[in-house]
Formats: sequence, structure tokens, C-alpha cells
Amino acid sequence: MALAFTALTSLLLIAIFIFKEGVPFIARVGFKDFLLSSDWRPQAGHFGIYPMIIASLLVTFGAMLVGAPLGIACAVFLNEFVSKPATRIIKPTIELLAGIPSVVYGFIGVVVVAPLIRSQFGGPGLSMLCASLILGVMVLPTIISISTDVLASVPNAYREGALALGATRWQSVHMVILKAGRSGIVAAVILGMGRAIGETMAVIMVAGNTVQLPHSALDSVCTLTAKIAMEMGSATGPHRQALFAIGVVLFLMIMMFNALAMSAIKQRFAGK
Amino acid sequence: MKFLKSWLLLGTCLSIIACGCARHSGTSLTVAGSTAFQPFAEKLAEQFMAKRPDVNITVQGGGSALGIQSARSGAAQIGMADLVELPPEAKELLGVTVARDGIAIIVNPANTLTNLSLEQIRGIFQGTIKNWKEVGGADQPVRVISREAGSGTRSSFETIIGGITLANAAIIQDSNGTIRETVANDRDAVGYLSHGLLNAKVKAIRTDGVECIEKEIVAGRYKLVRPVFLLIQPPPAGAVKDFIDYILSRDGQETIRLNGLLPAK
Repeated sequence: MALAFTALTSLLLIAIFIFKEGVPFIARVGFKDFLLSSDWRPQAGHFGIYPMIIASLLVTFGAMLVGAPLGIACAVFLNEFVSKPATRIIKPTIELLAGIPSVVYGFIGVVVVAPLIRSQFGGPGLSMLCASLILGVMVLPTIISISTDVLASVPNAYREGALALGATRWQSVHMVILKAGRSGIVAAVILGMGRAIGETMAVIMVAGNTVQLPHSALDSVCTLTAKIAMEMGSATGPHRQALFAIGVVLFLMIMMFNALAMSAIKQRFAGK
Repeated sequence: MKFLKSWLLLGTCLSIIACGCARHSGTSLTVAGSTAFQPFAEKLAEQFMAKRPDVNITVQGGGSALGIQSARSGAAQIGMADLVELPPEAKELLGVTVARDGIAIIVNPANTLTNLSLEQIRGIFQGTIKNWKEVGGADQPVRVISREAGSGTRSSFETIIGGITLANAAIIQDSNGTIRETVANDRDAVGYLSHGLLNAKVKAIRTDGVECIEKEIVAGRYKLVRPVFLLIQPPPAGAVKDFIDYILSRDGQETIRLNGLLPAK
């Protein structure tokens, strides 16, 4: 029983720890000065994380623009157009993608993607665009494996019904099957977002980590996770508390994403 | 049969662990701190332990700040710190300089510039010099790459150059390796890293006309140099003293030199 609750207990302990360190800090600095100021200079006592919140959201959104269409298209292809035995080989292979350490993705970003962006579009290369592209690929396994499961659970009668009414295969996919699995696919994308916003190592390597509000996708940005990871080693006193407070913000954001995903899944079952 | 096999395997594992533990008798030392000096300390500890099997040395990283902290608290017998100026809380400790490390200013090999004055370096990293043509280079924007706050290399660099408030637009990378990779891939970039980590992919430029090479650093002409301190609770005694003596001996200093740092003297 105690062992069974290890996961829950550790979640609870982590939450308590982060909130205990972070919340009093936010209360002291002030909600507005912490969340809405753009001035991050810990040594001078300025702790504004607004540019980092925006950066995290934009990078995640960008990753979804890359990952969601590709992931969903891949899931549809695997479910509707490929024979079952082939899917049984292809799907685990795609899931292997999730096993590649994020530092490897980051390295590929630094040596391949960033120079490419620099030579094609200008700017520093290490940028929001680069981070979005890398994260977009990193969330593929999450989106693909959940979406395939969702599509596989769409009853065969729907497919047969659509085909019997004279729909082409493509029409049955986008008019019937995707509609039937919509909420599940939305949940897959939201869980992918949770993965993207929490990713740290790869983002540190490719985003450039400049604390600024980006003017274009080619500007370098610093996300919430990158800030925590880079400064935690050396931070003391209020600076350290500020990093925990960033943790609180991230924690709440990810909780929100998960709650959204849960409600999307619930809707799906309620709708039937 | 399967049962027997797994027991055999478990037994083998346990005896390997037991052998590993058995060697850990005698005096044990902990060395902690600077990640830049950590690989050197590991190598030196290995050599020292080969000569003195009665001493067991554990080397840990954690950064210069942690090195000072653990030497003070006694969590480690020796702390490693590579800072130009030791902070006031390190005053009660005895600091021994065991090596020196040059900080090289690096640009992309495609950059035609060969020399910068300290004044120009300050301007570039503060963001007042924004184009390479202002310092005699091509008409290209300057892209500043720096280390994260809390890096020993960064604080040494900023202390030596003096009065740097890093430009807001600077890109931050969190290790020497990624700084080198970024500069190697970006024609307009400028950064700094440990002299021992220079390679052909980046170009070190002269500062005030002095080249960043071992000869100039040893002669004291190259300005961007930081010492590597080992910090101990005074007075030095026993195995701690023997280990530091070994590092300062000809063998120890030669090991440091061969692996890319500069000897203390």
C-alpha cells in the first residue's frame, strides 16, 4: 500500500517543497513585479519573469505548429492506410524517438539546425524557431502514440458506414474518423504541450537563453525551465527562492495543461 | 537451474561490491568544487593513490562556490576554486595556487580581426560596440556569447576586464563546450573560454597585442589569466599536505601542463 503510493507521495512532497520555497517569495516581491516585469537582475534584486513566460509559451506553441500536424498525420496514416503488421513494427520504432536523450536533440540543434537557420534567414540561429523545430520533433512520439490509440478506438462501424455512403477513404478520414476522435486528439496535443513546456536540456542548448521579449521567431529567448537549470547551481538567498517561484509558475502551467487534457478526454466519453 | 544461475549472478555481484569496498580502508579525502579543475584533480588523485595506497581520494564537482562552502564546513578537506578574487568568506581558509588558466577571447575563423584591446573587449561585451567595423573588422553585427551567471570563467573574465555589465542581447551558453560550438558555427560571434579548450574550429585573438599562448601566459604578459586555488583549513597536515605537495611537485605540474592547464609557477 505504502509502496503503491510512492508516486503520489513524491508528487505531493515535490509540490509542497516548491510551494513552500516559492510562494512566500512571490508574496514578498509582489505578484505584478514577479509575473509582469521584464527586469531580471537577481544581483540587483529585480526578479521579473514576464519575458520568460512569454518565451515558454511561444516556444511551446511553435513546437505544436510543427509537431501536431505531423504527429496527427502520422497517426492517421498508421491507422487507416497501413496494414496492421507494418504498424506493429513502425509504431514501436517511432516510440524509440522518445528514448533519445534530450541532450542529443540539443546537440543536433546546435550543429545542424541553428547554422541552417542562420545561413537561410539570418539572426543568431540559436533562436525561438530553432527551439520550436527541435521540440516539435521531440513531442512527436507523445502525440503519435496517443493519437493512434484514439483512432484505433474509433468503432469500425463508422468507417464502414462512411464507405457504404460512398465516401472516399480520405473523406471518411477527415469527415468521420477525425471528428469522432477529435477530443482524444486534442488531449494528445495538450499532453504534447506539457512535454514541450517542461523540456529543459535541449532548449538550453538551442534557444540562446537571452532574457528578452522576442520581436521575431529568429530572436534568441530564455524559457522558464532553462533559467532554473542554468542558475540553480550557483544561486543563493532570494535568487534561489526566485528560481523556486519560477518552478511554482511552471508547475501551475503544466497542471493546467493536464487538467485541460483530462477534460477533453472526459468530454469524449460523455459525448458517446 | 535458472534459480541456481540467478543466485550465482547475485553472489558474483556482491563479491565484486565487497572487493570494491575492501580497498577503501585507510585515510580518505574529499576534494570538491570547480568543474573546470575537476578532471585534473581526478587524474592527479589517481596518480597519487597509485603511490599511496593507504589514501583514498574522492573528487566531486559542484562549482567554485560549493568548493569554498564545503572547505569551510568541513564537508570536503580540499575545496577547488578558480576565481580571480576569492570572496570574503574564504578569508579563514588557506588558498594554494596549484595551476593557472588563461581565458581566451575567441571568434570564428572566418573573422579577419586579429587583435582587440581590453577597452574594445569591454565595449563589445557591454553592447556599446555593435558592429565589427567599429573595431576594424567587416561590416557585420557583433554577436556576443557569454556564460551563465555563477560561472567561474564568467566572473573571472568580468573581474579582469573590469566593470562589465553584460549586454542584454547576449546569448548565454552553459558550458565551455557549447560556447566553442556556437562560435565555430557563427561568423559574427565572439565568446571566451578556458585556454586549454581551444581548438582549430575557433580563432583566439590577441588582446592588447599579446597572443593567448602558454609562453605569454607564463611570462605574465597575457592579462586574462585566473589562478586555480585549492582551499584548506589551516594548517596543512597529513594526507592533505602530501596530496597538495604532490600536485606542486614536478610530476604533478607536468600532468597539469600535459592536459591543457598551466603550471602554478
